[in-house]
Amino acid sequence: MNPIYLDHAATTPMDPEVTKEMLPIFEVYGNPSSIHSFGRKARQLLDQSRRIAASSIHANEKDIVFTSGGTEADNIAMIGTAHANQHKGKHIITTVIEHHATLHTAEYLEKQGFKVTYLPVEENGQIELESFKAALTDETILVSIMAVNNETGVIQPIQEIADIVKDHQAYFHTDAVQAYGLLDLNVNEISIDLLSVSSHKINGPKGIGFLYIREGVLVEALQHGGQQERKRRPGTENVAGIIGFAKAIQIAQQKREERINTYQAYKQSFVETLEQEAINFFVNGEWEKTIPSTINISFPGTNVESLLTNFDLAGIAASSGSACTAGSVEPSHVLSAMYGSENERTTNSIRFSFGLANNQDQIIEAAKRVASIVKRLVK
Amino acid sequence: MKEKKDTRVVVGMSGGVDSSVTALLLKQQGYDVVGIFMKNWDDTDENGVCTATEDFEDVVRVCNQLDIPYYAVNFEKQYWNKVFTYFLDEYKAGRTPNPDVMCNKEIKFKAFLEHALSLGADYLATGHYAQVREVNGTYEMIRGVDDNKDQTYFLNQLSQDVLAKVMFPLGHLPKKEVRRIAKEHDLATATKKDSTGICFIGERNFKEFLSEYLPAQPGKMTTLSGVVKGNHEGLMYYTIGQRQGLGIGGAGDPWFVVGKNLKENILYVDQGFHNELLYSDALVATDLNWISGQPITEEFSCTAKFRYRQTDSKVTVTPIDDNKVKVTFHESERAITPGQSVVFYDGEVCLGGGTIDEIFKNETYVDYVG
Repeated sequence: MNPIYLDHAATTPMDPEVTKEMLPIFEVYGNPSSIHSFGRKARQLLDQSRRIAASSIHANEKDIVFTSGGTEADNIAMIGTAHANQHKGKHIITTVIEHHATLHTAEYLEKQGFKVTYLPVEENGQIELESFKAALTDETILVSIMAVNNETGVIQPIQEIADIVKDHQAYFHTDAVQAYGLLDLNVNEISIDLLSVSSHKINGPKGIGFLYIREGVLVEALQHGGQQERKRRPGTENVAGIIGFAKAIQIAQQKREERINTYQAYKQSFVETLEQEAINFFVNGEWEKTIPSTINISFPGTNVESLLTNFDLAGIAASSGSACTAGSVEPSHVLSAMYGSENERTTNSIRFSFGLANNQDQIIEAAKRVASIVKRLVK
Repeated sequence: MKEKKDTRVVVGMSGGVDSSVTALLLKQQGYDVVGIFMKNWDDTDENGVCTATEDFEDVVRVCNQLDIPYYAVNFEKQYWNKVFTYFLDEYKAGRTPNPDVMCNKEIKFKAFLEHALSLGADYLATGHYAQVREVNGTYEMIRGVDDNKDQTYFLNQLSQDVLAKVMFPLGHLPKKEVRRIAKEHDLATATKKDSTGICFIGERNFKEFLSEYLPAQPGKMTTLSGVVKGNHEGLMYYTIGQRQGLGIGGAGDPWFVVGKNLKENILYVDQGFHNELLYSDALVATDLNWISGQPITEEFSCTAKFRYRQTDSKVTVTPIDDNKVKVTFHESERAITPGQSVVFYDGEVCLGGGTIDEIFKNETYVDYVG
């Protein structure tokens, strides 16, 4: 059976335009830090890419630090600012629904003596602003809240959060890995101090991402070496990756409206087809508050393990927030936060995420295959 | 009959060499092979290290070499309820349980088989050393050709319905050949050590493990006539016929466990490997399973094993009721142990088996065995 890829929140196929852009770059082998012509050629390409990345969020190009991806960006944002600002306080605020790149970094900082508040979320998947305000103290130096949750696609009220943090000493970091490309992120309008982005989630190559660091924000580097990325992330640059990333950014900017509409239509047809097939399911999180590309669905009477195995054998690639490595099923920490750890949604929910690899026919076909498997499993 | 390429076979993969070669052979034969790793026990240690993670890594590597899909499934809850609870209960009752038999019956060939079928599998295959043969619509379970590895003893509780759905592709191979095939194909697990002991205890100290779940009650070690020879650490740590770990020195023949008195918490010991007290001539078995699916109504003679890897002994089986038989030994047997399985054979065919419940000598119930 021809496989259908519904896991774009995990990673996306490279846009053919990106591949085309990158191929000639492999012949540009100069080191961007070198003073000769070979180096300058690479540096030129690097500078262009940095400008593209910066303009996509209305930032200054000096404030863009290329990293190996979202995880590294989150690590630098959190550990780097925590270390550099601990003289002001040792309190950090984040949420229980963050990606592990943030959560495990927060836990690491706790071991180093920082105090971390993990904000809960409401059943709709969003944090509650009053409890956020209440958590802020004079000791708070960093607030790290994701723009869009990777499991549910629920959008967090980052504008409101940013407005609250604006007059506070704390920096506001947002992990925008899932939001970037579909949401308008303007660091001039939204007072964001640090913002993490990953290339392979927007049809760019893997192994590259960036961290936006607002001018003046104190960040300690996590690795030490040369002068690259203004010493904030030393190491010879992944030139081809950066060029590909920049191309993916350009395309994402140009096609944003089109993609939003297409993915929204996919999501709509997917759910409509499931309804027509008359299976029992619930959408997790509040539909209106989710990004177009992602939907998280609970199938009562099933479990993640059986669903995902059956889906894959039927050519449907999807995933779940419940980590199932080596046969251990950890209930989804995000759905536990929304519905309580005993709720069966935490162990019977699947994330479907749409994107470049899809077309309308596939979406209908996928929903039909999903429905027939669910029918078989619940009977 | 479906073509092989349209016949889906789920292989239970443990990350060991046997199940790796099982998958390889089926793939070579052209089946639609799916590898599934089963996790039944959480042994995550204080450093967050878990042998299951390592084993699953091996499954992944082998499946990628074979280019077959791989998944994992968790049966920790079922294993705890059906196998581990039984295991503890038997120890509490002073008996020596056989968790592998129970695991095959309740988990591998029940919960796991159901899971495989729910994935559209036509068959479930495992790396057991046993063979299945169909004779006029009835399935027979035959010993594995490698005498030293034959695992029918542990599979004695399988039914016709199960045998209709299982494959044991290693049954006709000697273990050495399985290793050779693994090496020939450079499988990631080709030189991996075979696992030993009970799966959930692994390489750990058995006493330490058991004491985490059952309080040890130390008591006296005496002869049957009441002469105190020392102290024991808890009856559950000893099994009939055991010599090691008694700590009785002195002159004469070595000392052996000959029985247990659960009520008074006494461990009975006596001297000599061939001590009379260790010998019996009949047993009563319960929880019987006859692989043919036909109940036994008349007395018959066959051979039997009372422990894994023992050579067969001649016995006469006499039905008592639906779920109980008397097994009379043609020659007296040493160290028959309640809780272990007795498994019956007619030549190469495994007929079924049951759990050893009571032991007799000269028509008299041997009460000191426990």
